[in-house]
Amino acid sequence: MRRSQIHLIGALAVICLAVAPYVLGSFSITLLNYIGIYALVAIGLALLTGVGGIVSFGQAAFVGVSAYASAWLSTTGGASPWFGLLLGAVLTCSIAAFLGFVTLRLKGHFLSLSTIAWGLAIAYMFGNIEGLGNYNGIASIPPISFGSIELIRSTQIYYLIWAIVIIAVLLAYNLLNSRVGRAMRTLRGGDTLVESLGINAFWIKLASFIIAALLAAVSGWLYAHMSRFVSPTPFEAGMGIEYLMMAMIGGAGSIIGGIVGAAIVTVLKNSIQDYLPLIAKGASGQLEIVAFSALFILFLQRARQGIVPYVAKFLPEPAHEPPPPAAPLPRRTQPPPGQTILKVDSALRRFGGLIAVNEVSFEVRSGEILGLIGPNGAGKSTMFNLITGALKLSGGAVAFEGASVADKRQYQIARAGVARTFQHVKLRPRMTLIDNVLLGTYPRTKTGFWRGALRLNREEEASAYQEALAQLKRVGLGDKPYELAGNLPLGSQRVLEIARALAADPLLLVLDEPAAGLRRQEKLQLAELLRSLRSDHLTILLVEHDMDFVMGLVDRIVVMDFGSKLCEGEPKEIRSDARVQEAYLGAVA
Amino acid sequence: MTPDIAAILGVDGIATGAIYVLVAIGTVLIFTVTRVIFIPFGDIAAFTALTLAALDTGQVPGTIGLLVALACLATLVEVTSLVRKQAYREIPYAFLYYLVIPAAIALVVWLLIPLKPPLPVRLAMALLLILPIAPLLDRIVFRPIADGTVLLLLIVSVALHFALVGLGLLFFGPEGVRTEPLSSFHMEIAGIMLSGQTILIVVAAIVFSALLYLFFDFTLVGKSLRATAINRTGARLMGIRPARAGTVAYLLGSLMAGVSGILIAPVNTIFYDSGFLIGLKAFVGAIIGGLASYPGTAIGAIFVGILESFASFQSSAFKDVIVFSMLIPILIWRSLAALHSEEEVDE
Repeated sequence: MRRSQIHLIGALAVICLAVAPYVLGSFSITLLNYIGIYALVAIGLALLTGVGGIVSFGQAAFVGVSAYASAWLSTTGGASPWFGLLLGAVLTCSIAAFLGFVTLRLKGHFLSLSTIAWGLAIAYMFGNIEGLGNYNGIASIPPISFGSIELIRSTQIYYLIWAIVIIAVLLAYNLLNSRVGRAMRTLRGGDTLVESLGINAFWIKLASFIIAALLAAVSGWLYAHMSRFVSPTPFEAGMGIEYLMMAMIGGAGSIIGGIVGAAIVTVLKNSIQDYLPLIAKGASGQLEIVAFSALFILFLQRARQGIVPYVAKFLPEPAHEPPPPAAPLPRRTQPPPGQTILKVDSALRRFGGLIAVNEVSFEVRSGEILGLIGPNGAGKSTMFNLITGALKLSGGAVAFEGASVADKRQYQIARAGVARTFQHVKLRPRMTLIDNVLLGTYPRTKTGFWRGALRLNREEEASAYQEALAQLKRVGLGDKPYELAGNLPLGSQRVLEIARALAADPLLLVLDEPAAGLRRQEKLQLAELLRSLRSDHLTILLVEHDMDFVMGLVDRIVVMDFGSKLCEGEPKEIRSDARVQEAYLGAVA
Repeated sequence: MTPDIAAILGVDGIATGAIYVLVAIGTVLIFTVTRVIFIPFGDIAAFTALTLAALDTGQVPGTIGLLVALACLATLVEVTSLVRKQAYREIPYAFLYYLVIPAAIALVVWLLIPLKPPLPVRLAMALLLILPIAPLLDRIVFRPIADGTVLLLLIVSVALHFALVGLGLLFFGPEGVRTEPLSSFHMEIAGIMLSGQTILIVVAAIVFSALLYLFFDFTLVGKSLRATAINRTGARLMGIRPARAGTVAYLLGSLMAGVSGILIAPVNTIFYDSGFLIGLKAFVGAIIGGLASYPGTAIGAIFVGILESFASFQSSAFKDVIVFSMLIPILIWRSLAALHSEEEVDE
């Protein structure tokens, strides 16, 4: 499917929405209004939960905060609903910023449990604050007005609601395809991966959380001024899971899925209300929630993927149109050959009583390949994590380019010019090769959330694209940039990780057992690639235990055994060192 | 606040906390064995109270209908999966465990109701009716996704809670119930009145916690449960069936929830939807224990009870807000204390 075709479909959808009030009855329009209002929250959840992997049960509370804020301001304060929107949005985003700041460091289910906690706490507050009408709520809320036109009838507010939904969809799509959008899509890969790319994972999570809250706030504002009445019920925990259900049924991670999910849940709910009384007289209210929950459970058991991703499989692939040529991204100047760029000085790391790295010292000099080798359990990986900041030192010092890394977070070290790969490949399997490599350019580009959402980033995107494509070609994967990373064989995946690391224009490339699991032919190719990188003056630290691979490749070797440094020297000396032979082969009789 | 009031609130808080202890320990038990954060546990407690209230007045409790309906559904699910696996030989056992036994319990209780049995028998009847419910729900809802992430199981668990609230309204109706106190005993210590009910609640919490400890440390089934909790794959290699261990955990947990429901029914008016708050507050206690340690859970649940008691004295409208807001600092403390190697990745 070409981009022009997608635009055509979009335009048709907008026209359908525009003529709907002239075709459909007022009941259908009211239904569409609710769908639009719910869709806003679901789009926020699609970003937060579907893309970012942060499951929130508490969005209903955010909707409520904004609805109550605007309702209170426009009834008690007599202010225009537009000020209500401002108050609602600011208040909701501030609360979200605070809650996010406090809870987003929590992992997995702990984070989701905290959303249940604050969701309930906020919902209980609505019913217990006298100024907000306790459980009776606030009535006679004024309608939204443009000048002298008051949006009272459902066909009037309909256009406002859907205009906002369309804007939200466009902004969200742009955002997802921008620099920070790629970072958001990486969150599910775990913090270690995200931070290794120079991305502040916490900041991306917090921003996603606030964006989702903002969409909920707009939804709450529309709700309050459409129904002209608020009470605690629509903002309770039950509604929180309903929003989650909409986002997941539509296809978590899909923006259009948010609308589809909201439509399905709303229409289904409505028809259940219509038909259940025919089946079970007098018990329909109770059965409604039972039928609903049962359907959701069935969905989670059988078709977790959601509707939009399922349908998309049957549609033609979107055509990829590469961006126009652009100015290359600025490069760092590599330090002169032979200069020390990484200095490890008596590094020490304890795990409880175990000393994994015991006072190890060595240097990495510009332009060389240094091999860090040792038998299993020698402390190589711990050393690696100390250098990249994944672990903190218990003692000693590690300095990169003369600056200590001890008090730096992983992403800060990555930004300073240390790019790494992983022993167990960490790619985004559902993203294309080019998108995976584009992730590497994150620290070299600047586009933030707003510029990304408004597509003011085209020039920079084009530059980043050229850089990523160049790196793909450099490692020999340039022929199919739109393949999904998960479809590559392991050898190519490792090479793709190297391309991603190269896209960051690093001063030091740190490779964690790159030859592990590779076939002989693949190892030879990998060695060839690393040699060509060295001839481009790149500095490489190689952690490996495949002796053959290391010996023919590196300039110098540091050998570790039982957490301590055994010796250091050129491959020839190491090969003939009795202590190394003993460590690897056991004592010579 | 005078010391007298503080003492009364303290006693009240400990009694409430003891109720939460029972539910919380069941929650932890099920979480460690199956990784399911079983939110509907409070509903099980509430349903027990409603069942007992119906039995007290000689009515047929809604639980019988609920049990039979769940048994039929679970049998259907189990038989379908056995047919798919072509394990035809196991089908008779499926009928026995999932249909015959629950139906027999329902039948026996139904036959006993017109005989107006004494209180101890009614208690046993209520517990018998409630015990199979959680294992049946496990078979229907959680077993098909037993290997999913904790997060997926949590979402399903929350959805299940809402289904149960609806079923509760359907089978038990909207009226609240309060049962007769189990004992009319009263005593006074240092000017504070202690009712028999309070003492009973605390004693029950202690006894059941102790029994659970003995069960885990001194029986083979208990040890197999612990093994499953520590490492599912490892346990499976040792010939333990995680599914069966899960069933045992649900049965034990339901017993604790059922007992707590019986104990709370004379103290608080219980509605079909009262379980949510009981379950969640117990759950706050369980999180204080890190969803792993039983003594920690017990201390946590007591703490929640005392907090609630004092909070409702200060501002009864906001007591729930206070209890749930407390969860956030607790979660942060817990998350910092817990060692996380690498997060679960759900592609």
